[in-house]
Amino acid sequence: MTHSEAELSPAHPKKSFVQTLELDLRLLGMIGAFAILCIGFDLVTGGRFLTPRNIFNLTIQTVSVAIMATGMVFVIVTRHIDLSVGALLATCSAVMAMTQTEILPNMLGLGLGHPLIPWVTIVFGILVGTLIGAFHGWLVGYLTIPAFIVTLGGLLIWRNVGWYMTSGKTIGPLDPTFMKFGGINGTLGATWSWVAGLLALAAALYGLWASRKNKLRHGFPVKPLWAEGVLAALISGAILGFVAILNAYEVPLARLKRDFEAQGLTLPEGYTEAYGIPISVLLLIFIAVGMTMLARRTRLGRYIFAAGGNPDAAELSGINTRLLTVKIFALMGALCAISAVVASARLTNHSNDIGTLDELRVIAAAVIGGTALAGGFGTIHGAILGALIMQSLQSGMAMVGVDAPLQNIVVGAVLVLAVLIDILYRRKTGAR
Amino acid sequence: MIDRTGTPLVEMRDICISFGGVHAVDHVSVNLYPGEVVGLLGHNGAGKSTLIKILSGAYRMDSGEIRINGERAEIHNPRDARRYNIETIYQTLALADNLDAASNLFLGRELVTPFGLVDDDAMEAETRKIMARLNPNFKKFNEPVSALSGGQRQSVAIARAVYFDARILIMDEPTAALGPHETQMVAELIEQLKAQGIGIFLISHDIHDVMKLCDRASVMKNGQLVGTVDVDKVTDDDLLGMIILGKHPGEQAEA
Ligand SMILES: Nc1ncnc2c1ncn2[C@@H]1O[C@H](COP(=O)(O)OP(=O)(O)OP(=O)(O)O)[C@@H](O)[C@H]1O
Ligand SMILES: [Mg+2]
Repeated sequence: MTHSEAELSPAHPKKSFVQTLELDLRLLGMIGAFAILCIGFDLVTGGRFLTPRNIFNLTIQTVSVAIMATGMVFVIVTRHIDLSVGALLATCSAVMAMTQTEILPNMLGLGLGHPLIPWVTIVFGILVGTLIGAFHGWLVGYLTIPAFIVTLGGLLIWRNVGWYMTSGKTIGPLDPTFMKFGGINGTLGATWSWVAGLLALAAALYGLWASRKNKLRHGFPVKPLWAEGVLAALISGAILGFVAILNAYEVPLARLKRDFEAQGLTLPEGYTEAYGIPISVLLLIFIAVGMTMLARRTRLGRYIFAAGGNPDAAELSGINTRLLTVKIFALMGALCAISAVVASARLTNHSNDIGTLDELRVIAAAVIGGTALAGGFGTIHGAILGALIMQSLQSGMAMVGVDAPLQNIVVGAVLVLAVLIDILYRRKTGAR
Repeated sequence: MIDRTGTPLVEMRDICISFGGVHAVDHVSVNLYPGEVVGLLGHNGAGKSTLIKILSGAYRMDSGEIRINGERAEIHNPRDARRYNIETIYQTLALADNLDAASNLFLGRELVTPFGLVDDDAMEAETRKIMARLNPNFKKFNEPVSALSGGQRQSVAIARAVYFDARILIMDEPTAALGPHETQMVAELIEQLKAQGIGIFLISHDIHDVMKLCDRASVMKNGQLVGTVDVDKVTDDDLLGMIILGKHPGEQAEA
């Protein structure tokens, strides 16, 4: 293989630009496809697609599915599937809606608006999601019922448990602090967005530097310095560009006026305020970083991928693959609960049909993002990008005015096509 | 000469296991002394792999007893076996194809940083060291093992078994896919490990290898033990007779 020969001599002249940067080709392909999609929609809509406002909306619409997609990566990597995530989201949402509007304020007497309510609610919701997920995992891992069946049953059960608990009623409005996790109701504003962006930048650059230092310490080949420089520049550009775009979306004047009047003030002449990074997006970024660390740098992550690549080998290496299955589904359940926070906060209430069909969106996001259903392969950033692509496709078509049935037909076709391209790519590169 | 007056390192007594009516291992007893290599021979399906998988914790025996250093050992899963410092090279290699050599070598026993995160660079450095001893031509450290040749994969499996200070080493056809030079290196490795007092069960179909490397040989046929002989006291043909006809060399003389 030419690649490994090239590795022997770091200064190999025939290495291409992309190889020298050690970028993931599949990721580049996805980013390319995403860029073409966005630019295409922007042209067709006459520049309405790539506005700060629409990009802001796209990101907040993607968060809920993207959070669950990161967990679905682990489920699919270990050759399982979870069809119940949308229903589990609904049950968690119902539990949290009742906790914050009924149980804590009235039954436990905290009173509406008590500062503890949102936090107790979220912790309790995550606990419920984790327990349900762990129960699924126990059925799959210890009782060896196929995950497809357990979670298909779960889909019916949890969707209707949520319904039963709330008697089918829509519950709202939710706690104001809780609703800050929904998107537009909770953003960092311009200054804090820049602070967050710069912190992220510092962390990314430190990561690059630490990795290089560690490789040098062990005497491994490293990229040439200029390549590190290009990579650092690309990352910086992406982070700061993202913050700049979100900061360019300004709060509408009418709304500013209302907010000022609510505090008994008048809006000063020429005053503007930017939304900046939504808290929900920040949450997604934290989850993405955490899940990536989990996948790559922890034993649990290593075992997940080992068990996905060869379950027998994992077992023979002393890994308790049954318990591992419980942990994976418990994590999936916790992420469903976090998604439920974001989704219900975005809608400002809990409704019966929350998260309907999310299981399909989440699985599609993971698969479009390069997670192999045969197990063993998948990345967190791929799944998030997959969720973003799906959401862009859907919003873009809506903006262009494509009929609803056609939208779904296109999304379905794209899913199948994406998997076909992935298969062809793997065949060509010899990866499995 | 091996000193067989003390307590054996491993004793497997009267081991039975059956799979749905098939007696894969049927009242088999074998033992192993420190610094000894015991060959396990037999036709395909004789029950060799099944017997050693009981010792390595992959299977649970139906009846019988395992003693290690004279004490009864409870081995219910591969983790238990590792606690007794039993390391195994499986016939199927048991590698996770999607992970690289270092991740496979340290699977279940990762090196971690002070923060408890897996330290891939340190593991790769250790892997490079041990592979330099076992298979100096090995260079594919950053590729999943699915991209390796059969022999390279086998080298990874061998490296994993010898890296962790085994006291009891089980090798199920460790050189089946290796070239002559690599096979020679494994032979040398076995000599070194023997000298360190490690006990080795070596499953092989190559009678020459067994004659050269082993001190004793136990032969199985149809799940049963034909017998155990001192390799020095028998010929190739004696061993062949045991494997094919199931006849103990002593019986032949009497007949
Ligand atoms: N997991 C299993 N389930 C059912 N039958 C099994 C299982 N494992 C082994 N057997 C049966 O047990 C018998 C012994 O198999 P084993 O793998 O131990 O043979 P072996 O001596 O290692 O053969 P080879 O030289 O081909 O590796 C065979 O008849 C096999 O079909
Ligand atoms: Mg065998």
